[in-house]
Amino acid sequence: MILVAASSNLTNKIKQGLILSLSIYLGGMSFAARNAHADPSESQLVLTGSSTVAPLAAEIAHHFEKMHRQVRVDVQTGGSSRGIADARRGLADIGMVSRHLKPAEEHLWEFPIAYDGITLIVHKSNPVDGLSNNEVREIYQGRINNWKMLGGRDAPITVVNKAAGHSTLELFTDYFHLKQQEIRASVIIGDNAQGIKTVAGNPDAIAYVSIGAAAYDSGQGLPIKLLPVDQVSPTLFNLQSGKFPILRPLNLVTLEVPEGWVKKFIQFARSPEMKSIIQEQYFVPRPD
Amino acid sequence: MSLARTERMLYAGCRLASICSGLIVLFIGFFLFKESLPLLLKINPMRFLNDPGWHPTEGQFGLFPMFAGSLLITVGAMIVAAPLGIILAVFCRFFAPRKIANAYQALLSVLSGIPSVVFGLWGLVVLAPIIRHVQPPGVSLLAGVLVLAVMILPTIALSANAAMTSVPFEYLQGAAALGFSKWQRVWGVAIPAARPGIVTGMILGAGRAIGETMVVLMVCGNVVQVPDSVFDPVRTLTANIALEMSYALSDHRAALFVSGLMLLFVVMGFVAISESIRAKVIEK
Amino acid sequence: MLCTGVAVGVGLFFFWLIGDIFLKGAPGITWEFLWDEPENAGRKGGIAPVLVSTAAILLVTLGTAVPIGFGTAVFLAEFSQGKTTLGRMVRRALDVLASVPSIIFGLFGNAVFSHWMGLGFSILSGGLTLACMVLPILIRTIEAGLRAVPLSTRLSAAALGLSRVAVLRDLIFPAAVPSLAAGLLLGLGRALSETAALIFTSGYVSRMPESLLDSGRSLSVHIYDLAMNVPGGDTHAYASAWVLIVLLFSINGLTALCLDHWGKTRMRGL
Repeated sequence: MILVAASSNLTNKIKQGLILSLSIYLGGMSFAARNAHADPSESQLVLTGSSTVAPLAAEIAHHFEKMHRQVRVDVQTGGSSRGIADARRGLADIGMVSRHLKPAEEHLWEFPIAYDGITLIVHKSNPVDGLSNNEVREIYQGRINNWKMLGGRDAPITVVNKAAGHSTLELFTDYFHLKQQEIRASVIIGDNAQGIKTVAGNPDAIAYVSIGAAAYDSGQGLPIKLLPVDQVSPTLFNLQSGKFPILRPLNLVTLEVPEGWVKKFIQFARSPEMKSIIQEQYFVPRPD
Repeated sequence: MSLARTERMLYAGCRLASICSGLIVLFIGFFLFKESLPLLLKINPMRFLNDPGWHPTEGQFGLFPMFAGSLLITVGAMIVAAPLGIILAVFCRFFAPRKIANAYQALLSVLSGIPSVVFGLWGLVVLAPIIRHVQPPGVSLLAGVLVLAVMILPTIALSANAAMTSVPFEYLQGAAALGFSKWQRVWGVAIPAARPGIVTGMILGAGRAIGETMVVLMVCGNVVQVPDSVFDPVRTLTANIALEMSYALSDHRAALFVSGLMLLFVVMGFVAISESIRAKVIEK
Repeated sequence: MLCTGVAVGVGLFFFWLIGDIFLKGAPGITWEFLWDEPENAGRKGGIAPVLVSTAAILLVTLGTAVPIGFGTAVFLAEFSQGKTTLGRMVRRALDVLASVPSIIFGLFGNAVFSHWMGLGFSILSGGLTLACMVLPILIRTIEAGLRAVPLSTRLSAAALGLSRVAVLRDLIFPAAVPSLAAGLLLGLGRALSETAALIFTSGYVSRMPESLLDSGRSLSVHIYDLAMNVPGGDTHAYASAWVLIVLLFSINGLTALCLDHWGKTRMRGL
C-alpha cells in the first residue's frame, strides 16, 4: 500500500514537471493571443527597421508612452530592408526606413519624420580636413591606401565599410558611384554607432555614417571629425537648406492607412513638439 | 497491478523525454536545411565555394573566405594554446610546490568560467589597440587567434593536468629508479602516458574555438577575405551569421543558413576526425 | 626552469586580464546601477531590466530543460543502461548536440521559435533556444550522478523485493541529489554565459519586459551591445561584465560545493 502511494507520488512529480513546462508553453500562447486580439485600452506598438531611425524612434516612443500610459512601444533595429519587410508582412505595426521608398515598395504608406545626411568621419587628430569625391572613391577602392597620399600622416588608412543590407551602404555607394564588389575594406561594421566607435578608437580610420549619429557623439565629446562632402560642410544649416549632397528622409512606413494608436503615434512623431527632440538627436526636422 | 502501471508510466515518460532530446539535433539539421533550400535550389551549390565574393544582396555568395577564416583562427589558436597548456600542466604537476599548483589550478578554473563575450570585450578594448600600434587596423586574425588561445588555454591545461595526475605513480617511480632525470621522466613517461587526456583536452579546445562567435565577431574586423598576413582582418562563418542575420531577408537570409549548414558540416567533420585520432591515440 | 618561466608569464597575463575587468568594472557598481533602467543607450542609468530579462530567460530555459533532461537521464541511466538501440541513439545524438556551436542554436531558434512558431523576438524564444543548448550537459551530469549510485545498493534493494519505482525514489534520487543540483547549476552557468544564441532569438530590447513574449536583453547581450555598438559604453560594459562574472563565480562556487559533497572522483570525465 505504502509503496503504491509512494509511487503514485512520483508519477505526480513527473506529471507536475510536464504540467510546468506545458504551462510555460500555454502561458506563452495566451500572451500571443492577447497580443493578436489587442485590447484597445491596452496595447503594444512594434517598430522595426533602420538602425539610424531607431534611437530617434525610441526617444519619441519614450515621450509617447509618458502621455499614453496604456501603450507600450517596442523599437527593434534590423536595417531599412527589414523595416519594409516587417511592415509588409504585418510583423511590425510601423517600419522604420532611412531612405526613399523604391518603386516596388510604393504600395506602402510613407511618413517622413525627419531628414538626415550621410557623411565621412575621421579621427579628430587626423590633419586631413576634406576629401574630393574622387579621393573618397579611390580610398574605398584601395587605390589610395596611406594618409600621406592625401597630405596626412604616414599611416595606412583603415577603411570602415558597412555590412550588406544597410541603406547607408546603398546610399553611399550610389552617391560615390562605387560597386559593392570593388570596395576594399579593413573593418566591416553593422550599426552607425559601431563605425563611430571604431573611428574614435583608431586615429587612421575613415568611415561613413549617419550625420545625426556622428554629430550626437561628437557633441558628447568623442574624438571624431565630420568631413564635408563635395566641399559642403555637414552643418544643420546646409542640411536644412538641402545644400548637403547626401540627404535622405527618415520614414515611418505602414502597410495600411494608419488607424488608432498607429495613427496617433505617427501624428505625434510628426508634431511640432517633437522638433526639439529631433534636433537633440542632431537630425533635421521637417520644414513646416 | 497499479504498481506495474506506475512503472510503465514512468518508463513511458522517460522514454518520451529521451526521444525529444534525441530529436533536437535532427530538428536542427532539418531546419537549417529547410531554410537554406530555396537558395540551394536556385543556384548551383558549388557557387558557395567558387563565387569571387560575398555580396549576398547582389547575388554573390562566396563562402570560401569565411571557411578559410574559421579554420585559420582555430589552427592558430591551437598552435598558441596547446604547447602552453601542456607546459602549464607539467608545471603544476611536477615543478610547482603543492600550494602553488593548487592556486594555479584554481586560477585556471576561474578563467575557464569567464564567458566569451567578456574575453571579446577585453580583446576589443585592450588587445586590439595594442596590435594596432604594431600594424593597423588592430582588429585582425592575430587578435582573434590570441584571444581564442587565452580562452581555450585553461581547458587544455586542466585536462592535461588531470590526465597527468592519473598517470600511475609506479611509472614515475620506476623511471626514477632507473635513474631518469626529472625532464626525462616528464617528457619520456608522464606525457606519453597522459596522451589520451591531453588529446581530449585539445579536441575540446579546438571545438570551442571553431564554434566561437562573439570573440571573433568583436576582434577580427569581419572583412571577407583570405588574409595575407596575421595582421589582416578576417571573417569567420560564425561571425558572418551573427553580423548579418538581423539585417538579412530572402536569399540573403537563406545564404546565412547555408553558412550555418557549412559550419555544422565543418564541426561534424572535425568531430569525426578527432574521434578517430583519439581512438588511435588510445590504442597506442 | 622553462616551465616555471612560462607558468609565471601566463599567470601574470591572466592576472592582468582578470584585474583589468575587475578594476575597470568595480567603480561602476552601485545600487543605482543595479536598480535603474538604462538611459542614453546604456551609457547612463543601470541594468535592472536587463537583470530581469536574464532571469526570465533562465527560468524558461530551466523550466523546459529540467523535466526533459531529467526524464532522459533517468531513461539512459536506469532503463536503457546504454544497451538498447534507442538509448544508444539518444546518447549519440546528445554527443553530437553537445558539439553544435551556439550560433547554430541561434539560427535554429530564430527559424523555429521566432518565425515558425510565431513567438518573434521574445524571452520565450530565447529561453527555449537555450534549453536545447543546455540539455546535453544537464543530461550528462544527472546521468553520471544516477550511475554513481553503487551497484551493491541496487542489488540489496532488489533483494529486498523493492520495486524499481521505489528504488528510484527512495535510494537513487536521494543519492543523486547533489548531481542534479550540479547539473542544474552547470546548465545555468552555460545559459548565463551565452550571447550568440540570443542575439536573434530574444533580441535587443533593453526595457523592463512585461510578458514572456516581450523581447528582453540578457546581460551578455548587453555587454556585447555596449562594447560594440555604443561609443562611450565601455565603462558600463565593464561594470556589466563585472556583474556577470560575479554571478557566474557564485554559480561555479555552488557547483563545486555540490560536487564536493558528492565526491570529486565520480565527476571525472565530464
